[in-house]
Amino acid sequence: MGNVVSLDSIFGLGELAPPATMPAAIDTASGCSSSSCGSSDGPADMDPAVWEKVKNHPCYSEEAHHYFARMHVAVAPACNIQCNYCNRKYDCSNESRPGVVSEKLTPDQAIKKILAVAQEIPQLSVIGIAGPGDSLAASGKNTFATFEMLQKKAPDLKLCLSTNGLALPDHVDTISQYNIDHVTITINMVDPEIGARIYPWIFYKHRRWTGLDAAKILHEQQMLGLEMLTSRGILVKVNSVMIPGVNDEHLLEVNKAVKSRGAFLHNIMPLISDPAHGTYFGLNGQRGPSAQELKVVQDACEGGAKLMRHCRQCRADAVGLLGEDRGDEFTADKIETMGVVDYDDEARRTYREHVEAERAGRNASKAAAQADVQETVGVGADPILIAVATKGGERINEHFGHAREFQIYEVGPGGAKFVGHRRVDQYCEGGSGDVDTLDGVLAAINDCTAVFVAKIGGCPSKSLADAGIEPVDRFAFDYIEESALAYFKDYAERLGQGVVQSRAGQDAVIRTGALTARRA
Amino acid sequence: MAYKIKSAECTVCGACEAECPNIAISLKKGTYVIDPAKCTECQGQFDSPQCAAVCPADCCVPA
Repeated sequence: MGNVVSLDSIFGLGELAPPATMPAAIDTASGCSSSSCGSSDGPADMDPAVWEKVKNHPCYSEEAHHYFARMHVAVAPACNIQCNYCNRKYDCSNESRPGVVSEKLTPDQAIKKILAVAQEIPQLSVIGIAGPGDSLAASGKNTFATFEMLQKKAPDLKLCLSTNGLALPDHVDTISQYNIDHVTITINMVDPEIGARIYPWIFYKHRRWTGLDAAKILHEQQMLGLEMLTSRGILVKVNSVMIPGVNDEHLLEVNKAVKSRGAFLHNIMPLISDPAHGTYFGLNGQRGPSAQELKVVQDACEGGAKLMRHCRQCRADAVGLLGEDRGDEFTADKIETMGVVDYDDEARRTYREHVEAERAGRNASKAAAQADVQETVGVGADPILIAVATKGGERINEHFGHAREFQIYEVGPGGAKFVGHRRVDQYCEGGSGDVDTLDGVLAAINDCTAVFVAKIGGCPSKSLADAGIEPVDRFAFDYIEESALAYFKDYAERLGQGVVQSRAGQDAVIRTGALTARRA
Repeated sequence: MAYKIKSAECTVCGACEAECPNIAISLKKGTYVIDPAKCTECQGQFDSPQCAAVCPADCCVPA
């Protein structure tokens, strides 16, 4: 239970800590400069109808991901293509990546599990089907059977699915019939030559296709499916796996192609590759990107289709807020013992109302903090990266030693924006810190100037400082973005005095797997 | 003349069951099996046996 956001911590703190810099009255529409809101995908820069669709969806709204939980149900084990980064034989509860799942569910079992989870986790807003195969392979039978039942039993939950796109054009009508208004397509290329290096084969129209033919068919189906969905007003997120040396620079072309066809979001994710996974890429030594390599490609695509940077590459059976996985609290055995769960949406409704209220004041306070930085520091200063230990709610509310991931914010005169996250092993286990683990944490946030925590011990604090990363606990339980701006103002002043050194040019290591590991 | 599923390599994904034109594949005791009485190896129906063409583990083979 270590990584669970308690409702008390969110409800209680909502009243407790209004940002000190918040002005009495600011017109949120005009007072909000474009860069501070533009990155947080808030209502100011979005069509109201679209905002209404995404505001509580953790995978579609960076802001929502701090507040809302998703749940994937693994009802679709069959797939219709083979990818070089996937081997669905491998299944381990200690790793976290798409395509992997511990328990396959029938649609009936899935409904039972969803209703049980919905009672336990009021933050739940979204039910997704992400495999572990392809949600639309095998005619999408289990996927649509699950959604049909769910729509009747729990109409307040949003439905979404993800697919490789091969069978998508055949199912667009059914998708729109079931009110599935979020679809994710994994598109790794728009050039079949590149596709042939990623997909060894596909199964299409009753035969197996290989090589360029396979990649060409897949590409055409993906583009057609994307256009069909967006023309019906269904929001489409495009996932791309960044494979260094294969499609890294090509992802700019992918970004342009999907933007021109109406994709709402583009999510560029690092390749997860390890020989132990038994994948083609893993066994051939194909490496994943470093944190800065990933960020360079993401930054280059900024200004094209809107970038998503908060993806945690969840398992196909993940449960909880992004960055946590409570799946092992809801195994088939445990759900069986819970008996029949009555459907009641009151806790979820109360929670959603609370989040609405919490969000209302934020645009103004962020804009005020940014204006303060621009006034005192100027607009030309280079931004810095800050690592944040958080349990959610957009607050600095996690102990350094308890963090399983750090959220990374870029802060400067242009505002504070979430740019990614880094997984780490929990440093403090059972009250004492582990030195090897600390080295892993340092490597994961090595490109950051500071790390914001609710609390930190003396020993790790010294190691961080020695490594040139400033541990900061003075903003404990405050909002992340406002705190980051206040820190930046102070940092810029000290940089000017030569008291601190810039960390520009540093890189960090992307750690794969083990997000869901529990202590034995 | 029939295909079989090598159960040790099967991932129990069910892709074969959905593609079989003869409804010859079913789940028995946690693993998929092909009924040899119903299997035609897809001759006269498709270019190649559908189960073998779709199987991600390449474990549908001639019996």
